[in-house]
Amino acid sequence: MSTPVPLAPPRRLVDVTIDGREVRVPEGATILDACASTGTDVPTLCYGDTLTPKNACRVCVVEVDGARTLAPACSRAVEPGMAVRTDSERVRHSRRMVLELLGSSVDLSTTPEAPEWMERYGARPERFGPRAEPAALGERDARHAGAHEPPDGAAAATVEQPPKVDNDLYVRDYGKCIMCYKCVDACGEQWQNTFAIGVAGRGFDARISTEHDVALPDSACVYCGNCIEVCPTGALSFRSEFEMRAEGTWDEERQTQTTTICTYCGVGCNVTLHVQENEIVKVTSPHDNPVTHGNLCIKGRFGFQHVQQRRHD
Amino acid sequence: MRTDGFTAPYQRLTRPLVREDGELRPASWEEALDRAAEGFARNVRRHGPNTFGMLSCARATNEMNYVAQKFTRAVIGTNNVDSCNRTCHAPSVAGLSAAFGSGGGTSSYQEVEDTDLIILWGGNPRFAHPIFFQHVLKGVHNGARLFVVDPRRTSSAAWADRWLGLNVGTDIPLAHAIGREIIHAGLTNDTFISRGTSGFDEYRALVEPWTLAAAEAETGVPAEAIRELAHAYARAERAQLCWTLGITEHHNATDNVRALINLSLLTGHVGRYGSGLNPLRGQNNVQGGGDMGAIPNRLTGFQDILDTEARQRFEAAWGQPIQPRHGMTLTQMFEAMDEGELRALYVIGENPVQSEPETEKTTRRLRSLDHLVVQDIFLTRTAEMADVVLPASASWCESDGTFTNSERRVQLVRKALDPPPGARDDIHILCDLANRLGRDWSYPTAEEVWDELRALSPMHRGMSYQRLAELHGIQWPCYSEDTLEPSYLHARLWEEDPARRGEPAAFGLVGHSPPVDLLDDDYPFRLTTGRRLDDYNTGVQTSGFSSPLRRGELLDISPEDAAALGVRDGETVRVSSRRGSVLVPVSVSRSMRPGLVFMTFHFPDQVDTQLLTLDATDPIAGTAEYKAAAVRIERLADGSATDAAAGAERTGAGAAAPRALPART
Repeated sequence: MSTPVPLAPPRRLVDVTIDGREVRVPEGATILDACASTGTDVPTLCYGDTLTPKNACRVCVVEVDGARTLAPACSRAVEPGMAVRTDSERVRHSRRMVLELLGSSVDLSTTPEAPEWMERYGARPERFGPRAEPAALGERDARHAGAHEPPDGAAAATVEQPPKVDNDLYVRDYGKCIMCYKCVDACGEQWQNTFAIGVAGRGFDARISTEHDVALPDSACVYCGNCIEVCPTGALSFRSEFEMRAEGTWDEERQTQTTTICTYCGVGCNVTLHVQENEIVKVTSPHDNPVTHGNLCIKGRFGFQHVQQRRHD
Repeated sequence: MRTDGFTAPYQRLTRPLVREDGELRPASWEEALDRAAEGFARNVRRHGPNTFGMLSCARATNEMNYVAQKFTRAVIGTNNVDSCNRTCHAPSVAGLSAAFGSGGGTSSYQEVEDTDLIILWGGNPRFAHPIFFQHVLKGVHNGARLFVVDPRRTSSAAWADRWLGLNVGTDIPLAHAIGREIIHAGLTNDTFISRGTSGFDEYRALVEPWTLAAAEAETGVPAEAIRELAHAYARAERAQLCWTLGITEHHNATDNVRALINLSLLTGHVGRYGSGLNPLRGQNNVQGGGDMGAIPNRLTGFQDILDTEARQRFEAAWGQPIQPRHGMTLTQMFEAMDEGELRALYVIGENPVQSEPETEKTTRRLRSLDHLVVQDIFLTRTAEMADVVLPASASWCESDGTFTNSERRVQLVRKALDPPPGARDDIHILCDLANRLGRDWSYPTAEEVWDELRALSPMHRGMSYQRLAELHGIQWPCYSEDTLEPSYLHARLWEEDPARRGEPAAFGLVGHSPPVDLLDDDYPFRLTTGRRLDDYNTGVQTSGFSSPLRRGELLDISPEDAAALGVRDGETVRVSSRRGSVLVPVSVSRSMRPGLVFMTFHFPDQVDTQLLTLDATDPIAGTAEYKAAAVRIERLADGSATDAAAGAERTGAGAAAPRALPART
């Protein structure tokens, strides 16, 4: 008796057309995968390479010939003979609108490719008028579903509010949150299974929250930082990054990224150390690593300080 | 950075230190290396090489461990090299190699996701191995059943279909009862037993007395739960049996490991994809340190030091004779210090003062040495006692090399930071010392060391650095650069051809031996130890960062016992064992069963838990019984009576004859 090793079943190849270019991809692949194989750039925000697609942000929509609506490239599986257009006027219009709505209501200043996309699609978030004043800390968290006051229309409503700094390890700056749900999924059953955060509220008041909006140290959070790993906008960041940005010293051009192995237990997690001026400023993990799939624990993510307790004498 | 005040963060060492007039003072590298080497040479000259001991570092790279054992064997000329794997997982290596001929976990993490049943025995990976536990949870979400066997209802047990809360130190009765039930229910895998194992008849006779009722009485686990686990394990198509230090930190740890391995032999849950045995390693490279030969009985690649052919290959490569005998284990080295048979000790990256049981005894023994050299990134308590302190770089981020993880995966370690000025690479320091002792070693790169060792170690031979980078690491064995072996070990046991099958796996004929530290009316509580999520071992590393979860050392106690003692959550109590006593705040926890209390050893400067533990050791692997001490818990009376009572406890301890175990609920 010997149990067979489950190899991935052989997959049929499917022919599709991306912007007129024929491409052959395995059955079950997404349109985004097909685009990647032709080198076609598709913007994504809520898509995560280690997560099940959530279809929340709609920035990756493409036009599928014969379909009534635009399709999210990150989740729609290819079908034989499918013809996809990634840069039609309809697609450009939709992406422009998504970027304008996000850009007018959320602080995208630390979303890596946002400025480039804004320019590419001609998005003008400012056309909705001046930005409304940020909410005071805790105000948005206190809003009740259904108790909504109509805005006056003079200013663009935003989700902006002061960052939540309630521990030494990481900061939650929900003025930068686009509600992509990736942190919730990473904290929940897709990876960490801690369920410290969820979505509270309805509509424009919806926000990511701990239970009853308690501070992180009073919540179920175990500080694995796997939410930071997947956050696309920098709403969640290392305290070190947050403080360096505030001081104006954060400079990714001067940072190196080196992947090594965690120094703690024997599981052998791969840690990528982001180093600026010989100081570790952030820790991530490779998403394609078979040990971690991009996940770490509190020690791997934050337990590096001991090596840089250097006397300056 | 640390804001909680439990332990001040350690500062990196940047200058060598030497002892003069009883005090450590800064010294140049030249002076420190000269003195370190001179002390070794002096003792070897006067008393022979076997009075030298090396404690190599389970935190450092494979390459550093290879060079450290080469230094010990080829420069000093002894096999006295060991590491703190002795204090955790040596019994797993001993037990697995006794059964199968090699001492690694048999499966891969991916197989834990693809299995049908997972047993976690004596461990809390949710806290101690969180990313391994993510693979377990993937398995659970894929439909695998999960059984957790542990005295505490841990955060891992919260995910289990069944939690079997056994009394500390009754793992063998429980395992034997499971084995007996599998046999009596006719659920054995007879094909596998007849083909791949030996000693089944003796095993059947051995476990026969362990009826479900007898096991329930001894272990405290309901008979029905034992039966359910036995049937589920035997009936599963694929099953993983994983264990941690709850199995290995006992005086009879190797026997515990054998008892678990027996269950896999009964059911054929080894040597197949998805079925296996997995000891979870507690330190980043404890697997690799052993694989490299930084243990007293094996050369690199797990080759027996008594195997003449293997030894000759190393002798030819190194140009030095190797003693054809086992060296001393860490435990034996410490005992030999008492007799003056070990006089010089070279400690690389270890902190035995705080990690060994019975702190005071360890300190006294180190003090009796003629020459102690400590190479570390911090001035640890052990380094404070040294004659020479050599500041090293941090392996995992300041050097290149490899680590080997719990699934035998060798992975690349890469230099991301420059070490602080003054600190030097471990391998370079070893070369400097070797050259002062008459060798001519140039500074090799990590890859050059790796290529030297894989030429000598067949199981590492196919792992070039380039392949390790391309393939996200490679699991051993990997015999050639053109092939990869399956992710699981011991498929040979399933072969029909006896020649290909090789040596059968022997059932371990091991008996029950309760914890050495008996419970009695004076010491009625069982203290067990372990890790919490955010801290690590003696806290030297984790003291560097500020964890919002950190609450300092605590005594976890059941609500029932807390009520009976009249203690409140947060109240400081005195905990005394037959060896010492400490003051520690109470944490009332529903994860504890009555009669059981729990502490970590993360905060030795706040509460020195090792004052309570004992050094009764496993005779085969030499691991100490950290997991089972007998203690008493007292409220702190206001006034002066407390200190006097504590003093009396220590002097009275020897006279108090252990009495029979009181019945526990």
